[in-house]
Amino acid sequence: MKLIISSVSGEPIYEQIKDQIRAAVLSGELAAGEALPSLRKLAKELRISVLTVTRAYNELADEGIVENIQGKGTFVMSQGTELMKRRARTRIQRIFDETCTAAKAADIPLLDLMAMLEASYKDQS
Amino acid sequence: MTTTPPMALSVTGATKHYDSGFTLEDVTFDLPAGYIMGLIGPNGAGKSTLIKLILNMIRRDAGQIQVLGLDAIADEEAVKEQLGVVFDTSYFVDTWSVDKVERVMRGMYRTWRHEAFDGHLRRFGLDRGKKVKELSRGMQMKLMLAVALSHDARLLILDEPTSGLDVLARDELMDILAATIEDGERSILFSTHITADLERAADFITYITRGELYFTGPKDEFEDSFRIVKAGLDLLDRLPAKACVGVHHYSTGFDALVRSENLPIFPADQIVVEPASIDDIIRLTNVGQSSLGEV
Repeated sequence: MKLIISSVSGEPIYEQIKDQIRAAVLSGELAAGEALPSLRKLAKELRISVLTVTRAYNELADEGIVENIQGKGTFVMSQGTELMKRRARTRIQRIFDETCTAAKAADIPLLDLMAMLEASYKDQS
Repeated sequence: MTTTPPMALSVTGATKHYDSGFTLEDVTFDLPAGYIMGLIGPNGAGKSTLIKLILNMIRRDAGQIQVLGLDAIADEEAVKEQLGVVFDTSYFVDTWSVDKVERVMRGMYRTWRHEAFDGHLRRFGLDRGKKVKELSRGMQMKLMLAVALSHDARLLILDEPTSGLDVLARDELMDILAATIEDGERSILFSTHITADLERAADFITYITRGELYFTGPKDEFEDSFRIVKAGLDLLDRLPAKACVGVHHYSTGFDALVRSENLPIFPADQIVVEPASIDDIIRLTNVGQSSLGEV
């Protein structure tokens, strides 16, 4: 798994770790049951505080994405990927709602809107 | 994380009065096993006094110090076995060779491990034949570190280890320290005024100023409790005195260290709010109108 930490982004380091692990779970790069890198090893390699990594892992565990097994490590929960997908859907739904409101206000027909969506979807890949 | 972790170091009410008038007053903090703690503060704040108390090099006037659960005075011999020390200048005799350093140290520690020392010498590029005085400042530091790591020390105490070192040597030291605590068994207390070294790697911060404890706790909490507010002088009067820990003003504006929970509300286009670095906090808690209170 790839983890890159920026010291100047202004975003707290534990948030950066959480975001990247969430992304890896969502994309399937980290599969259910798979272990996260050992907490102390990761802290050593990224040269960051052990407590910072602990905080990131604990907060991911609170979210239900991973679980800490005492003495064994931290593992991706079986429902972790599902959970992330469901969350992504909810987020997309919210953006669609806003988009539709804006489109109606500007009198943009559904077909045009779908064409716009299609174009931007294809742009990404 | 489920049970209270064992303490590598536990300092309770440590106090030392000097005839000169300087007093280290009632300092209390804990370092849990398996972590790095940065001991910070301006020059003359009492960092070295505190370290000398822990090492039992000076007599304390009050308080209790426990190293790995043992009393620093009553169990001095057992404590010494478990402590590894790195000072800002070499404590070996100048004319000793590296080899002689090992012969002397082997006699001092029952837990001395020749193979470990040998491995560290190789890793650090230290030559057994070289005399201490022929080593650079960085190499002398590594020699002290090699000794500290070769007798199973559970607590490493480093007093300004990076002063006078270039960026490569400091970088290397931070790598070694991070590897040292990886197994969760060893702990490090690290005093420094080069806070860049601590900004990333330290887990805990203990901040001493004017002989008193200002803060002890997780580093993130320390940095999160403050913000830097920058604005033009016209807004200075409207800065709530209670929120403001320290201000530095100049002809075109001011920087203020403000507690995060009472950030002043000013129009966003008139002020800049930034995270506070360890340096900012030290700098601005030591200007004229700082208020020494608990965090």
